Amino acid sequence: MVVNGRPVRLPEDPRVSLLDLLREHLGLTGTKKGCAQGACGACTVLVDGARILSCLALAVQYSGRSVLTIEGLAEDGQMGPVQRAFVDHDGFQCGYCTPGQICSAIGMATEIERGAPSHVTADLTGTVEASAAEIRERMSGNLCRCGAHNGIIAAIQAACGAGP
Amino acid sequence: MSLEQAPLPLGPSSWAIDAGPDPLAARQGLIGAPLARRDGPAKVTGEARYASEVRLDGMLYGALAFSTIPRGRIVAMDTSSAERAAGVALVMTHHNAPRLHSTVELGTAERAAAADELPVMQDDRIRWNGQPIAIVLAESQEQADHAASLIDATYQPEPAITRFDQARADARPPALYQGDPLRQTIGDPWTALAESPHTVDAVYTTPRHHHNAIEPHAVTLAWDGDELTVHDCPQAVTHLAWSLAQVFGIRQDQVHISAPYVGGGFGGKMLWQHQILAAAAARLSGRPVRVVLSREGVYRVVGGRTSTEQRVAIGAEDDGTFTSLVHTGVVATSRHNNVPEPFIKPARCLYATRNATFEVKRADLDMLANTFMRAPGEAVGTFALESAVDELADRMGVDPIELRLCNEPAVDPSSGKPFSARHLIEAYRAGAERFGWEARSPRPRARRDGEWLIGLGCATATYPYNRFPGGAARITINRNGDATVEVAAHEMGMGTGTVQSQVAAERLGLPVEKIIFVLGDSSLPGVVLAGGSQQTAAIGGAITAAHRELVGELLKLINCDSPLAGLHPDEVGTIPGGLGRLDDPSRSESYTAILAAAGVDTISAEATAPEGMEQLEWSMHSYGAQFCEVRVSVITGEIRVSRFLGSFDCGRIINARTAASQLRGGIVMGLGLALMEETQVDGRSGRIMNPSLADYHVPAHADVPDIEVMWTDIPDPHTPLGAHGVGEIGITGTAAAVANAVYNAIGVRVRDPPITPDKLLRHSPGR
Ligand code: FES
Ligand code: FES
Repeated sequence: MVVNGRPVRLPEDPRVSLLDLLREHLGLTGTKKGCAQGACGACTVLVDGARILSCLALAVQYSGRSVLTIEGLAEDGQMGPVQRAFVDHDGFQCGYCTPGQICSAIGMATEIERGAPSHVTADLTGTVEASAAEIRERMSGNLCRCGAHNGIIAAIQAACGAGP
Repeated sequence: MSLEQAPLPLGPSSWAIDAGPDPLAARQGLIGAPLARRDGPAKVTGEARYASEVRLDGMLYGALAFSTIPRGRIVAMDTSSAERAAGVALVMTHHNAPRLHSTVELGTAERAAAADELPVMQDDRIRWNGQPIAIVLAESQEQADHAASLIDATYQPEPAITRFDQARADARPPALYQGDPLRQTIGDPWTALAESPHTVDAVYTTPRHHHNAIEPHAVTLAWDGDELTVHDCPQAVTHLAWSLAQVFGIRQDQVHISAPYVGGGFGGKMLWQHQILAAAAARLSGRPVRVVLSREGVYRVVGGRTSTEQRVAIGAEDDGTFTSLVHTGVVATSRHNNVPEPFIKPARCLYATRNATFEVKRADLDMLANTFMRAPGEAVGTFALESAVDELADRMGVDPIELRLCNEPAVDPSSGKPFSARHLIEAYRAGAERFGWEARSPRPRARRDGEWLIGLGCATATYPYNRFPGGAARITINRNGDATVEVAAHEMGMGTGTVQSQVAAERLGLPVEKIIFVLGDSSLPGVVLAGGSQQTAAIGGAITAAHRELVGELLKLINCDSPLAGLHPDEVGTIPGGLGRLDDPSRSESYTAILAAAGVDTISAEATAPEGMEQLEWSMHSYGAQFCEVRVSVITGEIRVSRFLGSFDCGRIINARTAASQLRGGIVMGLGLALMEETQVDGRSGRIMNPSLADYHVPAHADVPDIEVMWTDIPDPHTPLGAHGVGEIGITGTAAAVANAVYNAIGVRVRDPPITPDKLLRHSPGR
């Protein structure tokens, strides 16, 4: 498995989730654990570009795959465009759901680019617009208890134009 | 601070009746500026370290096992399989737990932080369903979780009160709650009600709620002899240090709490059993321990907001003036604590009336202690009160805003005190205009768009101004003119460090980049609860006091040829980078020059803010007008909140960006209260049935429309900075605004939130 461009060893205990591998074994604590049950989205990471809930993934299943976490989004110590947009639009308060929101937003943007429809997509055959309604629908798996929803959507809308 | 401004006099040395307004309250510049969060980059890059992310050498992972009965005794406990399981270092139960002193319940001592005073794993008694009965320590979380699942307890159950209707029969007045008996009668409310030409009299219920911060409660700790270092996520670092010291029989300064980041709190992140169990198990095992509650564990170990049953009756004259106001009811509590959700607080300050009665009774259950949750009292109290006012307006055929405004009191109706600042009318007028209130039809079901009925509703928000004793700060300036401000305060998402850096910068006349604000550590000055929306004023008052002290120290340092020589602190004021004479600003000295001339590298001053005397003199509250538009499907009963606006009167706003987020965050939680949140309890067993984020629904992105917030920005002349805290007011009034909008849309009055589709369809007259 490769995490943020670096090869890592898989855990010996097959029960270790991808989330716990990141947080407890690799010290990559930027990815958060909010429920460990697939209900909050705090643990969202990108695997080969697709967003997944790392708490519902066993680490050993991801042998040979490439994992990107929040720590891998900054380049040369500079925040990536989505990260910067979250700061600019106050897309968080306590910050605990934030890495998951950001990774989820990046994964979502590629889904929209690909034309994958959602529940609120009116035309299933055309291109999909990154409208506020689409983003809200597609980001609903990422809970934020601080209520930073407006800032998160504004940040994603601002960043989506610039690409992930 | 701009160069043209006159020197800024020091803040008042007291907040009693003769104290002038804080000069800072009238300043432009950094006060009010929408600065981006200073900890933003750390939070968006994953660098911010939360309590469960600190790694200690040789650390063990903990897992808890919970009781499955509400009341009785543990008669046998088989821990042998758990002890034999791979990686297990310790299984601790009441048999081998170290003897501990009792906890001290929050509110009964200055630094108390516990929800109750029950013994923690000291005996065989079970007092609620979900009580921790064992803690397992193992080399990995997986091993600990597995071993905890192997623990087998046999119980001898005893009869338990687990249903509200059982407990209600014995409802009784609570002990004093923050010095308040929670009951008061003014005039003759019942006669006045009977004689009123217009009345409403209805019962409203609200269910239990849980805070559900996305960061679960977590603690990583280690003993070194009798010194305990704790990485935690509390809302009260100093309280927690004192409280843990009590339990373990050591001094407060032997407990060191570190909590630079807290992943949301909302009232839930105080002292609960898991921290005590982690520390006790660490002591027994001789190794550092991390305990992170599972999401289910949060529900089992950490109490939430309790349920309420509230009666509101209002009598009114033909012209709308209230003749009588009744707000009474019963709340569920546990046998072991005293947090009777004080839902009568809004009614006591909002409306002018000569006759009123307010009363909260408690009904005791065998359940986990309930606790404070965002706007305790006001969040659910405004739901009932502001729904009732809307019902009355509907019956009388008057506009609900006009009905409210014709009952604006001149002084606080229950205490008789003058208001320190009350601009609710301005907030309503501005909000109504911005929201387009005049487009509302008073008649339900009047606006329709296909299958969707559209309704508008409004409600009043209110939350008190608080400033608890103990706010203290230390300010240190060095020879480069950088200032460090230290307070044992908390950052749980409010933007504390950013906002107070602005305050300190303006107070000191330094650019905000020159301020380092340090918080989240029990070794820092102050006893500062992040609760009651008090941090802004408490820290603001503490910085004011420390600044006054610092200026005194600086004036002592200067030599006799200085232009400031011989002056008293009240004769100087802040100028950019230093101090100037108030009567002649051209005579001034910079901090760096003063330090250089005296040959010292740093100067430091610490002070405690004067007692919150202002709260004795005035009735001090924030207010707001909440406006909601909903769309309700006549086919499915689905409710969509399509627009929301909150117009607030909460003193001077310090940071327009973080304040807006705080207000919106409160409103979002209010939408949850209105539409989806409910902790469900099995009445037979007292066990919480939906202890997960899959089954306890909180607002998701698709539930949250664009929320507009605005404010009067009128300073309160009697508070530090002219400010009030803004963390809680947003949740107040929101649920009533939604319910009132739902009624306006579909003509169904729901008095028992959450307002779910089934409740609408059951009563709806059809398509
Ligand atoms: S931690 Fe994975 S979804 Fe909540
Ligand atoms: S920022 Fe706190 S949970 Fe989203």
